[in-house]
Amino acid sequence: MRKNVIFRGKLLPLLLLLPQLVITGLFFFWPAGQAIWSSMLREDAFGLSSNFVGLENFTDVILDPTWRAAAGTTAVFAFSVAILALSVALLLAVQADKAIRGSSLYKTLLIWPYAVAPAVAAVLWLFLFHPQIGLIGRALSTAQIAWDYRLNGGQAMLLVIVASAWKQVSYNFIFFLAGLQSIPKSVLEAAAIDGARPVRRFWTVVFPLLSPTSFFLLTVNLVYAFFDTFGVIHALTQGGPAKATETLIYKVYIDGVENLNLGSSAAQSVILMLIVIAMTVVQFRFIERKVHY
Amino acid sequence: MATLTLNDIRKSFGSTTVLHGINLDIAEGEMVVIVGASGCGKSTLLRIAAGLETPTSGTVRIADRDVTELEPADRDIAMVFQNYALYPHMTVFDNMAYGLKIRGMTRDAIRQRVEEAAGLLGITPLLSRRPRELSGGQRQRVAMGRAIVREPKLFLFDEPLSNLDAKLRVQMRAEIRRLQRRLGVTSLFVTHDQVEAMTLGDRLVVMNQGRAAQIATPMEIFAKPADTYVAAFIGSPSMNLLRATLDDGGRSATLAAGGSVSFDEPRPGPAGQAVIIGIRPEHVTLGGELPVAIELVEPLGSETVLHGTLPSGEAMAVRVQGAAPVNGGSMPVSFTHSIHVFDAETGKRI
Repeated sequence: MRKNVIFRGKLLPLLLLLPQLVITGLFFFWPAGQAIWSSMLREDAFGLSSNFVGLENFTDVILDPTWRAAAGTTAVFAFSVAILALSVALLLAVQADKAIRGSSLYKTLLIWPYAVAPAVAAVLWLFLFHPQIGLIGRALSTAQIAWDYRLNGGQAMLLVIVASAWKQVSYNFIFFLAGLQSIPKSVLEAAAIDGARPVRRFWTVVFPLLSPTSFFLLTVNLVYAFFDTFGVIHALTQGGPAKATETLIYKVYIDGVENLNLGSSAAQSVILMLIVIAMTVVQFRFIERKVHY
Repeated sequence: MATLTLNDIRKSFGSTTVLHGINLDIAEGEMVVIVGASGCGKSTLLRIAAGLETPTSGTVRIADRDVTELEPADRDIAMVFQNYALYPHMTVFDNMAYGLKIRGMTRDAIRQRVEEAAGLLGITPLLSRRPRELSGGQRQRVAMGRAIVREPKLFLFDEPLSNLDAKLRVQMRAEIRRLQRRLGVTSLFVTHDQVEAMTLGDRLVVMNQGRAAQIATPMEIFAKPADTYVAAFIGSPSMNLLRATLDDGGRSATLAAGGSVSFDEPRPGPAGQAVIIGIRPEHVTLGGELPVAIELVEPLGSETVLHGTLPSGEAMAVRVQGAAPVNGGSMPVSFTHSIHVFDAETGKRI
């Protein structure tokens, strides 16, 4: 079947593309260009003049120990979020795949968190885990467990990881469920007849057949943890305590908006942009070469 | 190698009953073929034997052991699926070795068994390939190999040849039969293809709407079909079934199409009882008093099939050796031998 539509002139296709081009240009290319330009400028303390310094901002950023610490925090944070979100989603998808009665309600409810805005999600978790007003936070205090994520860096990290992962579970769940449902039933029956018990069947047949989905989701989740978790961190911990939850994206905000070090902040965001470009390339390369079973 | 006994198997899905009490005994080393139209419950019966479905009532015994409540894994069976159901992410070798690994066999023993089975099926050069790199016939062989290496008590085949092209199907059919004879494994084979059923089975189970219409050897089913369903299902073109009434004494019947047929032995029943006379196309005698208006001539080379209608409007097929005696118009026929008589109401043979 032919899917291509052929336009006679050039005006109509351009007109149809225009809204998307305007949006992309206005909200992506222009700010990205500005960021690249700013990353090569340095302003004086009063913001009255700026001069071109080439790549000096970049070398400063990379040599800065606080930036390196943030990079380390980001790595821990991103991989924890990805692994937690993936494993919980896989578990839920396997259960949903088994369920016959009420499965559509179950699926619908599982998809809801994805629709919650990051800041709202963070407030929700705040009301659960705040040491004084949170339901679980108070319960922990009552149980003599020293819980205060505003003082304990480890606890703060744990909280932002769980809150960020919670939001991403829905997305992963949909993909895993689709992946599970595309595995032919007879293959699982063949494994059952071959003598494999459900757990073994899962690890030797289901899991390997889901690996293309898993890899795709791993990349998506890492990108999410790198860039889309700003709202969660900002609402819950503001990068604290003592920078324990300051990820690269949060540091861009702190340095640029709060400390007004525009050149350094721009250089940091350009580095982040390069990371996301690299990740996208890996992902698309993989999808192109994806193994079709 | 073992026996399989199905005792009064019933199965309902909700309010729909798909199996109405099936009884079947398969002897050691025997190959039984379940044949029937789609939706007759044949696959469900096979899946119950495999343990992939649980019967609503009834028992399944393999080698005199009640396995009704056991998981497929504990039944020591092997199954070949219609779509082969090979593990797509494993090589042919691993596909065949999977069941053996689970049973905890040593690597050397596994290698030996797999290579032996691969040699038997002629797939040794394919052992390192993955299923998607194989043709349909090769996949079929691998699926067979996976069943063989396990040396199970029972082979189950769920329409394993229906995804192959006609030529390959005939070839694989012969191969399966040879292999089953050689290994002597008790087998249950499901198909909708009557030729496959006739050629493969030691005995056939002809199923109709969840009931076993007849369980017998292929020749017996062909020669003495138990009812009109079996009569029409087995044989190609299918048996002509004509309305008639029984004459006094049961030695003959009067056809609705006109004329009468006499039987070699009397049938019980009062005069005027409605019956159905069955006659296979190849048993129709040319010449006689019954005119068939020929509508279609199918020359098949060594024989010709003529399709037409009787004066009563009933369809009639006649198979003759060699070329067609007529090309159209009317052809007189009569029925003198190999006549089947069925009760018009119940459809049962009388």
